[in-house]
Amino acid sequence: MSDHNYTPSSKFGKWFNDRLPLLTLANHLTDYPTPKNLNYWWTFGGILTFCLITQIITGLVLAMHYIAHADLAFSSVEHIMRDVNYGWLIRYIHANGASMFFLAVYIHIFRSLFYGSYKAPREIIWILGIMIYLLMMAAAFMGYVLPWGQMSFWGATVITNLFSAIPLVGESITTWLWGGYSVDNPTLTRFFTLHYLIPFLILGLVVLHIWALHVPGNNNPVGIDIQKPSKDTVPFHPYIVIKDLFALLLFMIVFAFFVFYSPNILGHADNYIEANPLVTPAHIVPEWYLLPFYAILRSIPDKLLGVVAMLSAIFILAALPWLDTSKVRSAVFRPLYKQFYWILVIDVLILGYVGAMPAEGLYLLIARVATAYYFLHFLLILPILGKIEKTTPLPLSITSPVLGGSADLAMAKNIDVRKEKL
Amino acid sequence: MSDKEKPNRRDFIFTATAAVGVVGAGAAAWPLIHQMNPDASVKALASTEVDVSSLQPGQSITVLWRGKPVFIKRRTENEISEARNVKISDLKHPEKDEDRAQNPEWLVMLGVCTHLGCVPLADKGEYGGWFCPCHGSHYDTAGRIRKGPAPTNLEIPKYEFVNSNTIKIG
Amino acid sequence: MQRIFKILFFLLILNTNFANSISAENSSKLLTTDWSFKGPFGKFDRASLQRGYQVYNEVCASCHSLKYVSYRNLSEKGGPEFSVKEAKAIAASFEITDGPNQDGEMFTRPAKLSDKFAMPYSNEEEAKSANGGAYPPDMSVLVKARAGGADYIYSVLLGYVDPPENIKLDDGVYYNKYMYGNKIKMPKQLSDDLVEYSDGTNATEEQMAKDVVSFLMWTAEPHLEQRHKTGFRAIVYLIILTVLVYFSMKKIWSRVETNV
Repeated sequence: MSDHNYTPSSKFGKWFNDRLPLLTLANHLTDYPTPKNLNYWWTFGGILTFCLITQIITGLVLAMHYIAHADLAFSSVEHIMRDVNYGWLIRYIHANGASMFFLAVYIHIFRSLFYGSYKAPREIIWILGIMIYLLMMAAAFMGYVLPWGQMSFWGATVITNLFSAIPLVGESITTWLWGGYSVDNPTLTRFFTLHYLIPFLILGLVVLHIWALHVPGNNNPVGIDIQKPSKDTVPFHPYIVIKDLFALLLFMIVFAFFVFYSPNILGHADNYIEANPLVTPAHIVPEWYLLPFYAILRSIPDKLLGVVAMLSAIFILAALPWLDTSKVRSAVFRPLYKQFYWILVIDVLILGYVGAMPAEGLYLLIARVATAYYFLHFLLILPILGKIEKTTPLPLSITSPVLGGSADLAMAKNIDVRKEKL
Repeated sequence: MSDKEKPNRRDFIFTATAAVGVVGAGAAAWPLIHQMNPDASVKALASTEVDVSSLQPGQSITVLWRGKPVFIKRRTENEISEARNVKISDLKHPEKDEDRAQNPEWLVMLGVCTHLGCVPLADKGEYGGWFCPCHGSHYDTAGRIRKGPAPTNLEIPKYEFVNSNTIKIG
Repeated sequence: MQRIFKILFFLLILNTNFANSISAENSSKLLTTDWSFKGPFGKFDRASLQRGYQVYNEVCASCHSLKYVSYRNLSEKGGPEFSVKEAKAIAASFEITDGPNQDGEMFTRPAKLSDKFAMPYSNEEEAKSANGGAYPPDMSVLVKARAGGADYIYSVLLGYVDPPENIKLDDGVYYNKYMYGNKIKMPKQLSDDLVEYSDGTNATEEQMAKDVVSFLMWTAEPHLEQRHKTGFRAIVYLIILTVLVYFSMKKIWSRVETNV
């Protein structure tokens, strides 16, 4: 890439950069050629970075006041809400920030699904993303346990009991996770430790995710490779920076509405009741962002298979670059895939909805059908679709309205050729 | 748009955006900083009332107030006169004993060495008062610094006699 | 661009709809009243909070604790705003266990502003045994701990009716139209003129329920007013900055003739 030749103009800058090429890195990041035609769905990467940093900063602050002890956790949260200067604000940002983070990550994932961003040569970016998503779920789940309300306690009980489904060693693993014979103080303190650790792991993966992105460069709405960098791209700074900032501010307005005007809407009322190991709440529901997987778990009438199905639903995503056999990336040029894409979106929304409902009667039936379809989409529909679908003509370049490109344009076979072009 | 106007207007919108952005970032930083200040429950921690009826002349007690030790000493006649007969000009931090003890018999002060915050030992040191073992500061019977690295006398907290047997600190 | 606003608009609608659908899971049934604290500019009605404290103190406090609330809160901004003198007098009318003293014994003393509200029972077991096995829940965050919030508590207070014929009630169990499961171990508490308001307000059942629920809303969300105020400022600020950034963006992108 061009920035390898970067030389700082000042003497000191050159001296420093020869020893630690930070300026080369900064130069690479600002000059990074970005496709001109990115739409607003591409701004969620920046928004997610903001979410992660917000969660880390507010989390550090909360950890200064929170007490990870079964007897004191609930009252320390109340202490934060009542007495700590701006404690209520910081906690509400952190609690709603988790939801905002997932909202953004789901948009980011579904953007990737629509425009085929997971396809060659971006498979590693995609897999790193799935790993980040998994860690996010772990962090969110453990974070929800920390206030030590009823939902915290029973959510922790139910989720940790999933491990008991493992044959032979399941019980031992669950006891090991708990550090006792039930969810109790040892569980809380280790969850706190891990909840504190995971965001930094995510941060590390995010660096890799961006690094991996900067090797081939961004995908774009038409899904074909950059033909002429001078014509098809703009430098990241200021063009993309200002656009991301604009989108981020719109996102922050929505965020602020939740924090200031309905801070408890996304939570569950039962979590304002202190944990009580003797009484289970009437409905145990995870946070909204985990509902689709919860629905898959409950749709299978077997403990082990339910857990396997739930985990497969996530891990199947990692295999997506190979399950989708189409050479055309963007759904814009795949009339059939576009329809199945939207069916999948609706399917996941349905799963989320039934996940919040009691697992009985019609809801259970719907959950089973939706679960079956979810797997059908990835395991059957996508592989076949790539073979039989007749795609519409691709443009010759991302800025040219002229059609007539072929699938080969979308999928550069030879990475070296592509690098040369950049 | 003429060429002259163009950069001006551009500069204006960019400057305004940056300025507003910086103000917002500052405002957003304040809660994150302010949260480390004493919280409402700490600030509300009210006064401590101490029953001193059982103290004999020459005895002292140490009580905890706002997380710090407070020395309450019932001084003997000797100690009082010793404290009052010092030449003010000899003192490193000149303060009259009358200004340090509302009631000459009772000395109430923070038991925190003004050097680096250790707790001085009672009835030790060269001046019959307190001695800080950390870095060798000597205080007299009025808690005034006489020798050693401490810069000022032991601090007197706000206190009052609720009645002859009870002292309210804070 | 238009699309963005459509999405934003959709999310805001979703937000408010969410709010309605969840807070009002059975809202068709729940009673409500003109809460002054609702909405983005909602504030507490001081007089109502002060009356609510009176109802809590005279009616609820014998069984229900407010263990996260301190007497100093009564005089803090955004709450009932009793004067510091009044709050001190209220505190001093309660006995708090303190100690141990020099002899190693616990003793009682009048409460101070910095003390938490006095507890009606010394522990949960005592509370249970005094109330037929049911623990009267702590009311500090009760409004937030019940789906339906203020409306739900208000409805339960006013929801005592004769049970339908097919329902048999055990001793010490009462029928309530709005209570989750309809069975409640707390007997009906409010009746007209149960308390005498010092400000001359007519102490009807509805008035007392409204006042005490407002008071409990404040104990659950003591910074509600500050939250609403800060929120308004934050959102106005964000909108201004968004507009500025929008024009900056247009300006910057005008160099490359691509629409943003």
